[in-house]
Amino acid sequence: MLRRAGAGAAPGGRRPGVGAWVAGALVLAFLLLFLLLPVGKVFVTAFVEGDGTPTLGHFAAFFQQGLMREAFFNSLLVAGLSALFAALIAVPLAYFTVRFQFRGALLIQTLGVLPLIMPPFVGAVAMQLIFGRSGSVNLLLGEWFGWNLPIMEGLAGVVFVEAIHYFPFILMNLTVALRSIDGAMEEAALNLGCRGWRLFWRIIFPLAAPGFVAGASLVFVKVFDDLGTPLVLGQTNLLAPQAYLRITQVGLEDPLGYVISVIMIVFSIAAMALSAKLLAGRDYATTQKGGGALQRRRLSPLGAVAAYGWIALVLLVVLSPHLGVLLLSFAKVWSFSPLPDAYTLAHYATVFQDSGGMIRNTLLYCGLAAGLDVVLGVTIAYLMLRTTLPARRWLDWIATASLAVPGIVLAIGYLRLYKGVMLPGTDVLLTGSWLLIMLAYAVRRLPYALRSCVAALQQLHASLEEAAENLGATPLRTIRRVVVPLMAGGILAGFVTSFITAAVELSATILLTSAESQAPMSYGIYLYMQSVAGRGPGAALGVLAVVVVAVGTYLSHVVVERTQGRLAPAGKGSGSSNA
Amino acid sequence: MRQVSVECRGVRLSYGATAVLRDISLAIEPGEFFALLGPSGSGKSTLLRLIAGFAQADAGELLIDGAEVSARPPWERNVGMVFQSYALWPHLSVWDNVAFGLVERRTPKAELRRRVAEALERVGLAAYGERRPGQLSGGQQQRVALARTLVIEPQVLLLDEPLSNLDKSLRVQMRQELLELQRRLGLTTIFVTHDQEEAMTTADRMAVLDHGVLQQVGSAQALYDQPANAFVAGFVGTMNLLPARVRSREGGCLLLDIDGVGDWRLPAPADEPAGERLLVSFRPHALQVGAVDGAGDAAAVHDAAAALHLAGTVEASEFLGEFTRYRVRVGVQDLVVDHAHRAGRARFPAGAPLGLRLEPSQVRLLPG
Repeated sequence: MLRRAGAGAAPGGRRPGVGAWVAGALVLAFLLLFLLLPVGKVFVTAFVEGDGTPTLGHFAAFFQQGLMREAFFNSLLVAGLSALFAALIAVPLAYFTVRFQFRGALLIQTLGVLPLIMPPFVGAVAMQLIFGRSGSVNLLLGEWFGWNLPIMEGLAGVVFVEAIHYFPFILMNLTVALRSIDGAMEEAALNLGCRGWRLFWRIIFPLAAPGFVAGASLVFVKVFDDLGTPLVLGQTNLLAPQAYLRITQVGLEDPLGYVISVIMIVFSIAAMALSAKLLAGRDYATTQKGGGALQRRRLSPLGAVAAYGWIALVLLVVLSPHLGVLLLSFAKVWSFSPLPDAYTLAHYATVFQDSGGMIRNTLLYCGLAAGLDVVLGVTIAYLMLRTTLPARRWLDWIATASLAVPGIVLAIGYLRLYKGVMLPGTDVLLTGSWLLIMLAYAVRRLPYALRSCVAALQQLHASLEEAAENLGATPLRTIRRVVVPLMAGGILAGFVTSFITAAVELSATILLTSAESQAPMSYGIYLYMQSVAGRGPGAALGVLAVVVVAVGTYLSHVVVERTQGRLAPAGKGSGSSNA
Repeated sequence: MRQVSVECRGVRLSYGATAVLRDISLAIEPGEFFALLGPSGSGKSTLLRLIAGFAQADAGELLIDGAEVSARPPWERNVGMVFQSYALWPHLSVWDNVAFGLVERRTPKAELRRRVAEALERVGLAAYGERRPGQLSGGQQQRVALARTLVIEPQVLLLDEPLSNLDKSLRVQMRQELLELQRRLGLTTIFVTHDQEEAMTTADRMAVLDHGVLQQVGSAQALYDQPANAFVAGFVGTMNLLPARVRSREGGCLLLDIDGVGDWRLPAPADEPAGERLLVSFRPHALQVGAVDGAGDAAAVHDAAAALHLAGTVEASEFLGEFTRYRVRVGVQDLVVDHAHRAGRARFPAGAPLGLRLEPSQVRLLPG
């Protein structure tokens, strides 16, 4: 049945009410104060002299310094190589799950989540202990074969840790893209005599390419902006650590810190714009009504051995930071030996004694930030999809743009913009309070919550709301009684995603934490890991963080599944049949 | 129940550059069962949404019970609408779905309970209050949607393609139920459909829309027998349309040159369209089939009131049970001819010559 214009989109052409204007203004004010202005301040500072005259001198100075040039190229190299290696891990795994009928598919699904629940800077220390020069693997290799695998040396270590951590982004995006390919596409190619590798390269991969590009560009941006991993691994000749060192050691006035920030943002935006451009108009979700997905084949015995072998290898490497951190948290002494020499529970005792405040802080900041995110997310989603407020798309674009702002850049912007500003009604410096940490989390994780809310609202057929209005409910009552309850699953998923990703965020935290009493867990782990003696408690705290994140991820998964299960059968009621 | 009228005066609406409704004027009588009929994109659903308040006209007036309501938001109109997708809220039980509008009206608890129970009773779903909409069949969902709307006692009932999501046998049954309910309540009801059979069998009167233009308003029989133009003629039932040129108009008599067929003489009707070019229209069953009787191609000779005789050749045929539908070539034109079927009557084979007889009273002249 053909739906007429206006149905399913914004309720046809009604003028936005006062409420919509107020909500839009509040959202815009938040984005201005805590995203646009701070980042704008960073940009301005990078382009003006101390007295305010515009200049490109800072950039010239940046590229004249050998150290800076090196950091710049190192960052590009590390981000590029990380994306490449992540792709090498992810592409076969994604292909296996979609193409073959075997039990490994479930294993791969799990593989896809495991790395994400462990912040890379936590895993990095464990990776040193396992893959480092005197780590377990190299000790064994040296003993048995007399040679070493220098995989954790220098920048290679960063690439290794990042690739292991971020490959799930490619895996998940690519799997979805592969799943949505219509089996008939492949059958048509087979029918015309194309098969095997040629079939993969000429038909399947091009059709799934949008998913791959989306995932790979995300990996590039994430690695390019990462501060924690290189810091923990002691690799400071990269852009993010350089910006951090400039600001913390030279001072908030040093222009080079701002220049680096601008370069990081520009590259993040460029990578995203490039992927958006590549993806533009290439929605290859080709599954059609009645059409099936790619045909699943049975693996040949040899193929099964190869597939399981690859999966086992990846699983082993992917799990190594988890195992390492766990071992480290129980290890009394662990150096120059493949496994710890003795075990203890003392680290956990230390953590619970010293770090109760940190755990509480993490729950407080992340809870508030995630709560703020879903409120903003629902508001923006509603304004965008259900009202005709002018420029409403801009709210979405601005909120999403925060993906391109590295945590350290946002933190620098806050410190600079709110320098000397007091909390209203008190004589506490805003930059000295935990409010900014919480707000930085909220801004940085807003895109996750927003996407979740937008997706949830998009699935709601507008007629569900029109029916409520038709029966006498005002728009506000409709939102309360129909929209929010029906979006509950998406809202909760958004909350949890924001919460758990904020819980392991380090780059903004590290700059904005001004007193140990305000420190969240991520900062605590980083502090502990700075000293050899602190590794044990650091690992214990890391295990706690991973548990928090894992439980949160699992819970959100359960809730989303359940709400979908509850709402899905109402096929006609939810309008999915004729949207 | 007080019955109210609905009236549109000069309603225009466009989305961007696309005009969706062009100058619609329409009066629906109190208590009438009124159908808006048209193909996809004709603007019929938009007109319905306009009455419900989900679309805003660029110009024109909308009166319900004589009062201008254009400025009133949907939640203040008391116009009940049943959506094509039913729009039952999946997070609420059947009972809560039906109770929704009463809760919004702050109806006291006891009265609310009584009215919801009554509404569910009326649609035969009293036992289903605890269920979720997803656990009901399509027909039951439709009834819940209806109960949810009727329980608030709206002034006007709007139905958007109410039967399109049901399978064929259920559709006929629901059609009957809807009609009985409407007759019982006497509620002014407007329903949108693209199915002319649905409109003709249920509606007191209907309006045919195409491309946002109101083509004709009238009862099923009026539209069928006196279509205003070629669109209505083709949309309501099947019609043979032959383009023709007027050769002469004299003494209540018209001499027409049918393109590629020849000259026809017809009595001039009272509502004869002006202009040189006309469309000659008649229904497939208006043509009487007989063997060629020799007088076949002498059509131009006889006087205006006498029947027309045409000679043609069978091109193709479809057996439809009640009748056989032939495609017959006459001159360069193809005519659709329905020949009533009786047991034992053989079909004319393709290529067979066929004599056709047409009463001038069955011919209607339309603007070309």
